[in-house]
Amino acid sequence: MSHQAAAVEPGNVEVHPVDVKKIQQILEANNGARIRTWLSICSRCGLCAESCFFYLAHNRNPRLSPAYKFKATLGELYQRRGHVDWDFLHRCADIVWGECTTCKRCSMYCPFGIDVATLIATTRTILYSQGITPQGLARAVVNYRKTGNQMGMSTEDFVDTCEWMAEESQDEIKGVTIPIDKKGAKYMYTVNPREPMFYPQDLAMAAKILTVAEEDWTMPSTGWDCTNLPMFAGDRALAGQVVRTMYEKAVELGVQAILITECGHAYRSALFEGPYLAGYPDGKPPVPIVHSVQLFYEYIRDGRLRIDPAKRLKEPVTYQDPCNVSRNGGLWEEGRKLVQFLAEDFRDMHPNRDHNHCCGGGGGYIPMGPEYKARRMASGRVKAEQIRATGAKIVITPCHNCFDQISDLNKEYQLGVKVMSLKEIICELMVVPEKFQPEDNGGDEEQT
Amino acid sequence: MQTWYAFLTGPALWVTFVVFLGGLGVRLAFLYGLSRERDRVFYNHMDWRWAFKSIVHWLLPWGSASMRLQPVFSAVFIVFHVGLLAVPLFLSAHNLLWDRAFGVSLWSMSDAWADGLTMVVLACGLFLGIRRLVRPEVRILTTAWDFTLLTLTLAPFVTGFLAYRQWGPYEVMMVLHVLSGEILLVLIPFTKLGHMVLFFFTRAFIGFEMGARRGARAW
Repeated sequence: MSHQAAAVEPGNVEVHPVDVKKIQQILEANNGARIRTWLSICSRCGLCAESCFFYLAHNRNPRLSPAYKFKATLGELYQRRGHVDWDFLHRCADIVWGECTTCKRCSMYCPFGIDVATLIATTRTILYSQGITPQGLARAVVNYRKTGNQMGMSTEDFVDTCEWMAEESQDEIKGVTIPIDKKGAKYMYTVNPREPMFYPQDLAMAAKILTVAEEDWTMPSTGWDCTNLPMFAGDRALAGQVVRTMYEKAVELGVQAILITECGHAYRSALFEGPYLAGYPDGKPPVPIVHSVQLFYEYIRDGRLRIDPAKRLKEPVTYQDPCNVSRNGGLWEEGRKLVQFLAEDFRDMHPNRDHNHCCGGGGGYIPMGPEYKARRMASGRVKAEQIRATGAKIVITPCHNCFDQISDLNKEYQLGVKVMSLKEIICELMVVPEKFQPEDNGGDEEQT
Repeated sequence: MQTWYAFLTGPALWVTFVVFLGGLGVRLAFLYGLSRERDRVFYNHMDWRWAFKSIVHWLLPWGSASMRLQPVFSAVFIVFHVGLLAVPLFLSAHNLLWDRAFGVSLWSMSDAWADGLTMVVLACGLFLGIRRLVRPEVRILTTAWDFTLLTLTLAPFVTGFLAYRQWGPYEVMMVLHVLSGEILLVLIPFTKLGHMVLFFFTRAFIGFEMGARRGARAW
C-alpha cells in the first residue's frame, strides 16, 4: 500500500491553527439520527472488509476495512469533539481521498446498512473547511467558481465546439445539428467537460445518435456541465450551486428532462445527491433526469435505432457497471441489455450488477491527478483481475472515470482490451436510414 | 443471600425493566425527533416494501450476499442471536416466574433444550471472542469494551447454567445470575447493544435508500 500523503490546496495550513469551531459546526450540523445511530451501533464485526476493493487489492490490509476508515476519521472527530491537530487531519485526508471512492458497496454488506460513503463525504466536508483537499479537485473547484464548469471552458468556446462538431458530423449523417438553448425541447443534453475540451468527437457521436433517432433535444449554453467535483472535494455549497445552475437552466428552457452523458457521478449528483445539495427539501430534482444508458437502451429496444446485425461485435465483450450508474443509479439491466444488442459474445464479470466492484477511479480519484496514480493503479487490481477472468477483448463502460481508469489498468496490467463507450459502438453499428445519408462525398454542388 | 435475592428479584427487577424499556423508548423518541429535524432523506424516500425486504433478508439465514460470503461466521452469528433471545424468553423457570407475577406465560421449552441451547450460546460467544483476536480486520476494530460487553452478555448464561446444574454455591450463583441479567438489560439502551431495536431502523433505511430510490438490493 502506498503511503503518499494526500495533496493539499496551496496557501493554507501550518500558518493558522486548526479551526476547531468550524469543525464543531459541521459535526453538529450533521449529527442527525442516521450518523448518530451508525456511529453508535457499529458492532465492529468486520463483515464490511470483504466488500471493499481497497481491502482486497492490498492483501486484506485491515486498515482498509470500511469500518476502520470511518472510525479513524469521522468517528474520532466526533469522539474528540473536533479538538484535533493538522497531523490528524492529514491522516484523515489520506484515508477519505486515498482509500475510499464512496462507491457504497460496503453499505450493502453491513448488517446494519451503515452508509460509509455518507460518513466519508462528511469527513471530506470537514477537511475542505480547513483548506485540505487534493490539488486536482482544488483546481476544478476554482474553475467551477469562475466559469461554472470544471475545465474552465468559456461559453463561447463551448458553443464553437458544438458548432464545429455538428459541421464535421454532416459528412457522415445528413442534417446533424447541435441546437443550443432551444426552448421546449424534450431533452436538455448535459455533458462532462472532458468531452468538449479533449474528446469533442463524443459530442459529435451523441449528435449523430440523437439525429438518427429524430430526437427533440438541445444543449444549454450554460449549466451544460453535469459533473460535480465540488461534491467529491467536500465543498457542499458549491456542489449545490453547480446542480442548481443546471436545474434552473432546464426549467428556464422548459425542457421535459435533463439527459446525462455517459458519466457516472454526474447521474448520481443530478438525480440523488444534487437536490439535497441544492436545498430542495423534497430531495427531488425539478425536472426528470435520464441517463443516456436508459435512453439508448429504449431507442434500440423500441426500434428507433436499428443495429446492423452484420456489424455486431464479434469479439468477446464485457460490461463495466459504473458504481453511480448501476449500484447507485439502478440501470444495470438496461446497460447489460444494451450491450447484448451490440455484441454477440457478452461475458459478465463476477460479481456484477449492483454488486460489482468500483474500478478504482471513482469518488474523484481520476481528477485528483497524477499524484494519486500509483495508488489508483494498485487499488484497481481487483477490477483488472475481474476483467481478465472474462477473457473479453472489449470493455464497454458508460462512465468517463471508469473509461480512464480501465484504460490505465489496461496498460498497467497488460489486459490487452479495448475500452469503449456505448456512443462509440452505437455510432459504428447503427443503420443510417437513407434520409440521413449524405448525398455524396466530395462536396458536390447541390442540385435544385 | 436470601435478602439479596429478594431485592434483586423485587425492586431491582422493576427498576431494571423500567430502565430497559424506558431507556429504549427514550432513545427511540430522541432519534425520531432528531430525524424529523435533520434526516429528511429518511422520510422523503420511505418505502415499506423495500424496508421489509431489507430487514427480512438479514434475518433469514444466509439471506444476504454478505452472510453467504462468510458462511461459518453467519451460522454462529444466527445461532448466537436465536439462543440469546430464545433461552431467556422460553425457559420454563422464567415462565413460571412470569406466571407467578402476572398470571401469564409464554410457551416453554424443555429444560434439556434450554440446557443444550445455553451451551451453544456459550460456544458461539467463545467463537466470537476468539474471532475478535485472530481475524486482523476484526482485531483492528476491537476495543476492551467489546470484550466487556461480550462477557456481560454471556454472564447470565454462564451463571444460569451453573445454577441449573447446581455446580458451585447455588444461592450465590442465582444472585449472580439475576444481577448479571439485570446489568445486561440496563446496558442495552445505552450501548451498541441498542441494535436489538435500532437494527430495524438502519436496515429499513438502507433498504429504501438503495432499493426504492435506486432499485439496488442492499442484501
